[in-house]
Amino acid sequence: MSKVKVSTLWFSGCAGCHMSLLDIDEVLIDLAGRIELCNSPITDLKVFPEGGVDVTLIEGAIANEEQLHLVKEAREKSKILIAFGDCAVTGNVPGLRNGLQTDTLIEDIYGKGVTTNGNLPYDVVPRLLDRVRPVHEVVPVEYFLHGCPPPPGVIAKTILALLDGKTPELVGEDLKFG
Amino acid sequence: MDKITLTIDGQLLTASPGETLLTVATRNGIRIPTLCHLEGLTDVGACRLCIVEVIGQLVPACTTEAANEMVVKTRTEAIKKYRRQVLEMLFAEGNHVCSFCISNGGCELQDLACELEMHSVTVPYAYPRNRVDASHPWFLIDRDRCVLCGRCVRACGEVEGAHTWAFAERGHTARVITDLDVDWGDAESCTSCGKCVESCPTGAIALKGASNAEMRKDTDMVARLVERREHE
Repeated sequence: MSKVKVSTLWFSGCAGCHMSLLDIDEVLIDLAGRIELCNSPITDLKVFPEGGVDVTLIEGAIANEEQLHLVKEAREKSKILIAFGDCAVTGNVPGLRNGLQTDTLIEDIYGKGVTTNGNLPYDVVPRLLDRVRPVHEVVPVEYFLHGCPPPPGVIAKTILALLDGKTPELVGEDLKFG
Repeated sequence: MDKITLTIDGQLLTASPGETLLTVATRNGIRIPTLCHLEGLTDVGACRLCIVEVIGQLVPACTTEAANEMVVKTRTEAIKKYRRQVLEMLFAEGNHVCSFCISNGGCELQDLACELEMHSVTVPYAYPRNRVDASHPWFLIDRDRCVLCGRCVRACGEVEGAHTWAFAERGHTARVITDLDVDWGDAESCTSCGKCVESCPTGAIALKGASNAEMRKDTDMVARLVERREHE
């Protein structure tokens, strides 16, 4: 049986969700035999494999133009998208800048008080979106893993259910934010 | 007529005249989700999470009195859908960021997301800019976390008798204020009793000095006080 292809992406989040993914203990050994981890911060591979993947886990909110582009690509190249953790599901901490003027924010951080080079860094970093958005506001999402980060048990049972061709049962405490 | 007979979710139940559907359901172990309801306070039907179906109409269980031969449904698919929509709008109109909230793990709004199986908020988040008031020496209000349930307003008025808390404005600019919209620390009517803190279902009104996930509310406080007074 060919291995199930899984990608993980890391947008505006703290990497805590990826750490929680690595925290599923012995399930990792089981997964190692059943999945092929493709592009992911863990493998450091940057592009989707030809033909796409079965499942992509997305950590983090959509905050800049590069992430907007990548999340759309992820949608095209994944059979199943999972919003992975509170930032991806709600905007969470990165979303706190919503309601502030993004241009002012960039000037405040990179412009004012910078004496050597006052240029705004648009040519080297992706331009910020006006608003930080949860993943499902940009592309359709199949499953939502709540939590900051999602508990390892919830991650494990979700991935294992998908590998068995079942719908993950996310109920009760599984849906706890924070 | 001394007793009323009604049916809730197929169960034949009895009630006393004047009892609400919520009271009858709760007494008989039928769980109806609530948010603005708090034992000991007058019910106002503000949050609409306790909606139930009575002859095809959706009514709040907390303010609808039981009537003879009433047929009530509390958990149809339609009711679940509407409750979830109400909850999504409550999440969307504030800035409810559970991950660093002092009430993380002890919040009724957070619990409702689990209970009502809210997987995501399907309406756009509003991200309002709200004012935090930490001028009171012991307490603070973070209006980002306020759901406008009015439990603070009622606890302060009905149980403490201070009437410090009130609503100001309407619609999406509605907010709770102290006295005539002065800083809480300058509100002369406030007795600093803390009933608003314990009655607040979220981390909106809280004790100063509590850190992330440390705050636990004594939401039974008001009911205990009211019960003791009734026995005097």
